[in-house]
Amino acid sequence: MQQTRTIELGTGLFALLGIGALFFLTTQTTGKNDFSVADTYQVTARFDNVGSLKPRAPVSMSGVTIGRVTDISFDSNALEAVVTFVIDSEYDQIPDDSDASILTAGLLGSQYIGLTAGGSPLYLEDGSEILFTQSAILLENIIGKFLISGPSSDEDGEDD
Amino acid sequence: MFHDIWKTFLGFLQGFGAMSLFFLRLLQYTPAVLVTRFRLVFYQVYNAGALSIVIIMVCGLFVGGVLGLQAYSNLERFNAEDTTGIFAGFALIKEIGPVITALLFAGRAGTALASEIGLMKATDQLSAMEMMAVDPLRYVAVPRFLGGVISVPLLTAIFTTIGLLGSHLVAVELLGVDVGAYWQQLQNALDMEDVMEGIYKSITFGIIASLLAVWEGYNSVPTAEGVGRATTRTVVITAIAVLIFDFMITAWIL
Repeated sequence: MQQTRTIELGTGLFALLGIGALFFLTTQTTGKNDFSVADTYQVTARFDNVGSLKPRAPVSMSGVTIGRVTDISFDSNALEAVVTFVIDSEYDQIPDDSDASILTAGLLGSQYIGLTAGGSPLYLEDGSEILFTQSAILLENIIGKFLISGPSSDEDGEDD
Repeated sequence: MFHDIWKTFLGFLQGFGAMSLFFLRLLQYTPAVLVTRFRLVFYQVYNAGALSIVIIMVCGLFVGGVLGLQAYSNLERFNAEDTTGIFAGFALIKEIGPVITALLFAGRAGTALASEIGLMKATDQLSAMEMMAVDPLRYVAVPRFLGGVISVPLLTAIFTTIGLLGSHLVAVELLGVDVGAYWQQLQNALDMEDVMEGIYKSITFGIIASLLAVWEGYNSVPTAEGVGRATTRTVVITAIAVLIFDFMITAWIL
């Protein structure tokens, strides 16, 4: 009888620990990336160059993540990249003349979309398009320019 | 000489085929055993899983700790010690957690299963069951197999969680990485898919390790030497199979 009790206690403890650990792994170690379909609205923006922006990249405003990129496609008529992203419906008062730019998190970080608020009294809604966009700044282009023009154009690049 | 190689190859093929058939028979009995003989499975979960908790936790703590240490000392050179969490988390969740848990399970529980079944065979207990019209496959092999299959994913989750704790202890408490940066970077970098990859792996490894242990025991030569050899083979073959499957699953998911 005592033995059965030990086995049951041990197995119960084991199952509890295991399921607790699984729960921890699935909820605590992953970012809260899922903006569920129900409470978001979809916005598009056109860029000349999206750099290495990827679907699921964050869309942030003032440094706070408010949405995710859902799709990146190429419009062969306008020869532009069309980025579709969803924004949490909680943030439904974003002026519709806000501008979107593709930024890089840190020097080697991944790219994300940063929104800067405009001053329009009208708000972005489902299906609207952001008209003011700024393309990704490609590090290799900057390096290329720097190499061509030389360090002389750089004011404080004399010595360190 | 070619004749020998050919014979070895044929022997391997035959063994593999016999094991596949054995696996199918185990699967065939699985639903019935789960429903009617759950107590046997429950007891094996205790045997294979609950009794392995201590070794899993101690190993997880130190593996996580050494990952934190290694990641920190290398990333520090690039002033990127804040990403220690990403390094340790990715390594633990996707690779090291499932693989080391499977290897530890093979060493701790797989050998116990193989030698137990082997000894049952050597002492004619399996034949006795057959004489009483009790199918030993159903009452001995299937519950042990299922106990292992249930235990390994849970053990992997425990190992990985304790490992993250270990690397947290080393990186944050000992070496002074910022606690916010550690977890924030980890959470930003990890997706649900990465965690699922670890879970898929742990399920696969659970099936492999349990199947091989039960098969080697069930198929052992019924002598003291044969049981010993079956135990050794269990660890060796499980290690090889787990590492090969680890590579294949990673290649398939990426």
